[in-house]
Amino acid sequence: MTLIETLASVRPGSALAEAMGKRAEILRLSEAAHDAVLLPHDPGGLSHGLRAALAARMARHNRSPALASHYDTLVARADEPATALLAEPDTNVSDPRTAEIVRHADRLTVAPRDATRAHVEALRQVGVTDADIVRLAELAAFVNYQVRVLAGLKLLGEMR
Amino acid sequence: MSEVVHTFTTTVPRWQPYVVPVDFATATDEQHAAMQTTPSNKGISPYVLTLAHDPETLAVRSPLFNLIMYGKDGLAASERELGAVAASVVNRCVYCAAVHASRFNNLTKRTDVIEAVFADGLEATLDEHLQEIFNFSARLSTTPPEAVVADAQALADVGLDELEALDLVLSSAIFGWANRLMHTLGEPMKD
Repeated sequence: MTLIETLASVRPGSALAEAMGKRAEILRLSEAAHDAVLLPHDPGGLSHGLRAALAARMARHNRSPALASHYDTLVARADEPATALLAEPDTNVSDPRTAEIVRHADRLTVAPRDATRAHVEALRQVGVTDADIVRLAELAAFVNYQVRVLAGLKLLGEMR
Repeated sequence: MSEVVHTFTTTVPRWQPYVVPVDFATATDEQHAAMQTTPSNKGISPYVLTLAHDPETLAVRSPLFNLIMYGKDGLAASERELGAVAASVVNRCVYCAAVHASRFNNLTKRTDVIEAVFADGLEATLDEHLQEIFNFSARLSTTPPEAVVADAQALADVGLDELEALDLVLSSAIFGWANRLMHTLGEPMKD
């Protein structure tokens, strides 16, 4: 079962479960996207531990405790004390590069409409490469997709 | 002289990245493979070359996007586009809004819906059926999502079955993804 199916816990045999069966390939690709974004073979300048901590933080910004809990297990598995605390919103670290990454991750989650060229320039100023700027955007974009799929499934499962 | 487009429009702008895209000629085998499928089958654009900085994600994202937006059966294609437009209005992604509003207009052969959305934003008044689709998608797109069970019930009340409602969830959600790339990694330009 994919993570989305596990966390959505849709009632077996329901019309919604049947609809999800028809979208099995979408659920499979969503799972593959999770692995590509959280556990890539080439993480570049964003370690698996940092990715997991930011994902947990994004889930918390979105009031999705079940998803945050999933990402907390990836944080624990990465065993990276320097970034683990970032899983909680309103925390940050003193390292300027990571701190700027965290600020941008928050912006991408909470208010992407406010993002401007200046924010990308600020990331470059502290040494974040263009490839890592794209990796960070994909991470935030994916987790926010996943949050909304789960939130939507929950609502559809609860109606009637 | 090119200028940045700040207001919603159905004239599709040119997207210009803030970062340096991958150079196709010197891209790695993995990057070339990831660019084989492109979103909306639009070819190797500056957008695809930008996303090729993360080939592992791009290789999965393009087929996922195409399946959600252009898959057979389920929710009408135009209604998936309206879900995309609602998300793009919440996230103020002028580029995504332009592309998907113009697709909605082409599919429905009407312009009044998008005119209302662009004039009044989230306060737009639409036909009842489209109104509930627009509202659900918009309320799912905020952080945290504001949609409640009554919003999902309203979809059923205007006649969406489970598969159609699921397709709306997916099309809204994939624009939570697309907007966060398009709007934050570059800007729409009018040449």
